[in-house]
Amino acid sequence: MPGRKEDDRAERAASLEAARTDIEALRAYAAGVDAARTDDLLADDIADEHERRALAKTWGDGPGFWGWLASTNHKTVGRRFIYTAFGFFILAGILAVLMRVQLARPESRFLNPDLYNQIFTMHGTTMMFLFAVPVMEAVAVYVLPLMLGARNIAFPRLNAFSYWVYLFGGVMLWVAFVLNVGPDAGWFSYVPLSGPEYGAGKRVDFWAQMITFTEVSALCVATEIITTFFKMRAPGMSLNRVPVYCWSVLVMAFMVFFAMPTIAWASACLMMDRLIGTHFFNPAEGGDPILWQHLFWFFGHPEVYIIFIPGTGFVSTILSTFSRRPIFGYTALVLALVSTGFIGFGLWVHHMFATGLPRMGESFFTGATIMIAIPAGVQIFCWIATLWGGRPVFKSPMMFVLGFFFIFVIGGMTGVMQGAVPVDLQVHDTYFVVAHFHYVLIGGAVFPLFGAFHYWFPKVTGRLLSEKLGHATFWVMFVGFNLTFFPMHILGLRGMPRRVYTYQPNLGWGDLNMLASAGGVLLTLGVLLFIVNALRSLRAGALAGDNPWGAATLEWATSSPPPAYNFLRPPTVDSRDTLWTQPADQPVVIGLRSDVREVLVTRALDAEPDLKTEFPDSSIWPLLAALATTAMFIGTIFTPWALPVGMLPVFVTLTGWFWPKKKRLAEERPPEEVKEKHGERWLKLQEQES
Amino acid sequence: MPSQSALSPAGPQAGRIISLWWMMFYVTGAVFLIVMAFLMAALVRRRRPYGGAAADVPDVRPEPSGERRMSHVVLTGVALTVVILFVFLVRSYVTGRALDSLHEQDHLTVKVVGHQWWWEVSYDNATAAYTVTTANEIHIPVGRPVLFKLSSTDVIHSFWVPNLHGKTDLVPGHENVTWLKADREGVYRGQCAEFCGHQHAHMAFTVVVEPYEKFKAWYDAQLAAAQEPSTESQKQGRQVFLSSPCVMCHTVRGTDAGSRVGPDLTHVASRGTLAAGTLENTRGHLAGWVVDSQQIKPGNRMPPNNLEPADLQALLDYLQSLK
Amino acid sequence: MSARPNIDVSNLPTFAFGHRPLTWWCTWSLILMEGGMFVVLFATYFFLRTPVPDWPPGVNYPRLFWGTVNLVVILLSCVPNHWAKKAAEGLDLRGVRLWLLVMIGFALAATVIRFVEFGYLNCRWDQNAYGSVVWVSMGAHLLHLVTDLLDTIVLLALFVIGPIEGKRFVDASENALYWYFVVALWVPLYVVIYWVPRWM
Repeated sequence: MPGRKEDDRAERAASLEAARTDIEALRAYAAGVDAARTDDLLADDIADEHERRALAKTWGDGPGFWGWLASTNHKTVGRRFIYTAFGFFILAGILAVLMRVQLARPESRFLNPDLYNQIFTMHGTTMMFLFAVPVMEAVAVYVLPLMLGARNIAFPRLNAFSYWVYLFGGVMLWVAFVLNVGPDAGWFSYVPLSGPEYGAGKRVDFWAQMITFTEVSALCVATEIITTFFKMRAPGMSLNRVPVYCWSVLVMAFMVFFAMPTIAWASACLMMDRLIGTHFFNPAEGGDPILWQHLFWFFGHPEVYIIFIPGTGFVSTILSTFSRRPIFGYTALVLALVSTGFIGFGLWVHHMFATGLPRMGESFFTGATIMIAIPAGVQIFCWIATLWGGRPVFKSPMMFVLGFFFIFVIGGMTGVMQGAVPVDLQVHDTYFVVAHFHYVLIGGAVFPLFGAFHYWFPKVTGRLLSEKLGHATFWVMFVGFNLTFFPMHILGLRGMPRRVYTYQPNLGWGDLNMLASAGGVLLTLGVLLFIVNALRSLRAGALAGDNPWGAATLEWATSSPPPAYNFLRPPTVDSRDTLWTQPADQPVVIGLRSDVREVLVTRALDAEPDLKTEFPDSSIWPLLAALATTAMFIGTIFTPWALPVGMLPVFVTLTGWFWPKKKRLAEERPPEEVKEKHGERWLKLQEQES
Repeated sequence: MPSQSALSPAGPQAGRIISLWWMMFYVTGAVFLIVMAFLMAALVRRRRPYGGAAADVPDVRPEPSGERRMSHVVLTGVALTVVILFVFLVRSYVTGRALDSLHEQDHLTVKVVGHQWWWEVSYDNATAAYTVTTANEIHIPVGRPVLFKLSSTDVIHSFWVPNLHGKTDLVPGHENVTWLKADREGVYRGQCAEFCGHQHAHMAFTVVVEPYEKFKAWYDAQLAAAQEPSTESQKQGRQVFLSSPCVMCHTVRGTDAGSRVGPDLTHVASRGTLAAGTLENTRGHLAGWVVDSQQIKPGNRMPPNNLEPADLQALLDYLQSLK
Repeated sequence: MSARPNIDVSNLPTFAFGHRPLTWWCTWSLILMEGGMFVVLFATYFFLRTPVPDWPPGVNYPRLFWGTVNLVVILLSCVPNHWAKKAAEGLDLRGVRLWLLVMIGFALAATVIRFVEFGYLNCRWDQNAYGSVVWVSMGAHLLHLVTDLLDTIVLLALFVIGPIEGKRFVDASENALYWYFVVALWVPLYVVIYWVPRWM
């Protein structure tokens, strides 16, 4: 292949050229340094440069399109994940605009009810399953290993797989929608409306199967996050020194673990009811539609916290950096996160107060629902204390956090109101609820997320966003948001139910709806401003440098954007805010090989070095496995036989994925206790192998 | 237009709920203002000028006495939160109890069955002959508690008259009950509150609250069989009705039409609205609805009817005579 | 150079057993999420059971024989599983090969018996909600049996073909841990499917 040879030659020439300039620069640098130490320094720097090259070669993605497809680097995958989730955010946002156009005037004929019902279902489904949860995982995939000082996320191939599965699931749903087979039973698909009798065609099946895709993806990412969190922290980062953001994604991952299986089971039951005639939700044959609601909301309510908790992680991170002080009440904040995680599983029934459950039980859930305001309050108070005791700097990420306070506190207040059964009976399923959850989700998750975008953009791209545009984005979004959603509180109290494609003129809802639609335009404009800012800055933004905000966590200890291997030498940590406290000679980790993807595994509690593990190379198998899985999942929409038949290619690709390399480069070393007891066996095995 | 708002209660239940809500509104509003005040104070206290050097040396070890003071304030805040939430919980519980305390021996019982996308209403009576069946319009006497038995034959709907009470779902396979009591005469609009498919938006009904005598008169009128046609045109209209697909779905008591797929039309002309609160009950609307209801409420179960103009006029005459 | 010594990790072991390697965390993640799934499944069973006077509704009890045989087989498999785990953790190549082979036998037997069991449940999945939940529960556990069976076969193949690596022994140890989980699932499932209708 001449092409490849040429490539190789070009690459070699380029690298030679780079080496030459480097050496020249070093010489120039060295000339100014104390002559006696010049040689030493020069030698050190050249050694570093060699190490850098070796690591880049080992950890980098392969060349060309193939290398792009086969990448298992957490930053490559994380970026893709973020871009894709953001793409779905834009799509779902467009649907929201269409809905606002339809509702701006009474009796509007802009959309017919069939299309409207698909649109609001797709909006909710996309926002919840294809944007909010994935984007929180995505940012964690990118940031967590850097913040913990690791070279990659645990189980990198699984990581690649989880991205592909998510992408394919999302694309499947949207293709179905474009082909007029979009789901139309709402994002919580209540049976029997979504059941075999009333949900004709394949619309709901695509919805249910999309759940399976995102759920598989989310569970994979949760596994990676938990393992990375416990086993791949920089030496010295004992549990009491882990940044709050990492705690928040850990809690998110555990919540995914306990919430997702429920929805997986529920959607599987729904699929089976529709495809092979089971009767889980059929009241005529001993099933029960209420069962669906329990299963769905046992997942659905924690889902809100899965989205919101990483948001609080962003808030803590950004606040600490721009208040120029450590976060106030670290322990309280972490405990608040953990308790939110627990309580979050105890209040699903507040979505079902109107279904006729026993009142006594409902009171219990009122208590649980209201109780969640306590950890939320603890967090809010600690954050305000952080600002109080700090010296706030109003950079654009900080603006979004301040906007978060305003919006989220309102959302929390209306949440407490709805926790009370009597109030809920009135406002349930009205625009009051629509207003409430947009205040909580956009306020609690999207504003912090945009803060996080502005905060980490320089780390990911190496360039700063324009502060001016950033502030403009914030103000337009903030005003637009409140204009859109505040009137909805009033609309709900004045009797407007949610999910109506139109309303009659004499109900008097027209003006507030018009106002909300106008606000929607402004909100859209805000998002567009962000996109403009990002695109401009990608090309022409000021260079960021390693740590443009003077932040304290490890992701700022490496270059922007970080190299494929994250850190030339894995860092160690001497406090929670290590970059603020560590001395210039803070030790680093040495002795990891640079010619294979060797990583350090540390102990779960005190993060002391424990093992070295070789990570697998980049591989196309995760993509193939995802394709096989996709084929199986889509097949089961049409026939149950796709499950046994489709398992075969999945099995084959998984085997390919886990099949070991022929030749190992890194030498293996058994742990002490094994060596003591079975040292001879080990030697014999080694001999046999060589 | 009848009122449909939780903010102007016409009965004790909606009244209790909204007063609970206002109480929560004022308390949470005050809390919100206090939190925002603290936030603003924290921001202006020691802020740096905009664009100040972000790389400034951070305050790594804040002064312990200041930290201690802040933790006292935070703890106070948390304690206050707990107290406020406890008050809310108790108040909510008390209100909930009051809502459920409407039971009375001598009550009216109304059965409501949800259909895609209309409401079947029947008044329970020990004697079958005294059972009134109608659709999309419920009359109740003022000041008397009424027991509603709610069920559904297809998907989940939710029964909601915001001026009177919160909602209760109609779940297939379950029978739910709710009590309503109205203190003020008037016409109140209700609407399905659980998404139930295509025409969820057009599944409304009205509750007419009137003095007992008026209610009784209405009830007796509903109890009667359909009025006999009195003019030629009405007679012809009945003929059109009975010989067209209308009879496949509708009942007119006193004639051969006895199907219960769609709303009972025995006294259709006495009702204020057509198509579950979609249209005012006028001759023009009725004509449009009969000829092509899909234009008005796309996806509803009623097929279009291609009637000769003369037949249509006769049919309208007949239907409008069904007071 | 640096006044404080850097941390040299060149002599750290590259594999270990128990909770030290990353694999263990992955196995437990699987166990947690699938265990969660089965908890929901049991909850569904009892949710459907509660409002019904007769259980099983309108059908006969599932026949005990094959289910009990499978219980015995699956419980007995803990013995070779224990030895497989032990051999793996002692780097005993011959032992691992032997016990993995035995384990394949047990998993295969359990899978075959499971298919027989379906014939003696005395209900069909599309008959009523009871039939649905019984069949789907059994099917979900079958899926675990098959997965572990395939997993064990691939693992044995690797131990035969090579390369023999330290971390392969870790995989074998983790595989045994996962099988314990599959066993632990079957015991309550067996009680629910076969005995709960008789008791409740």
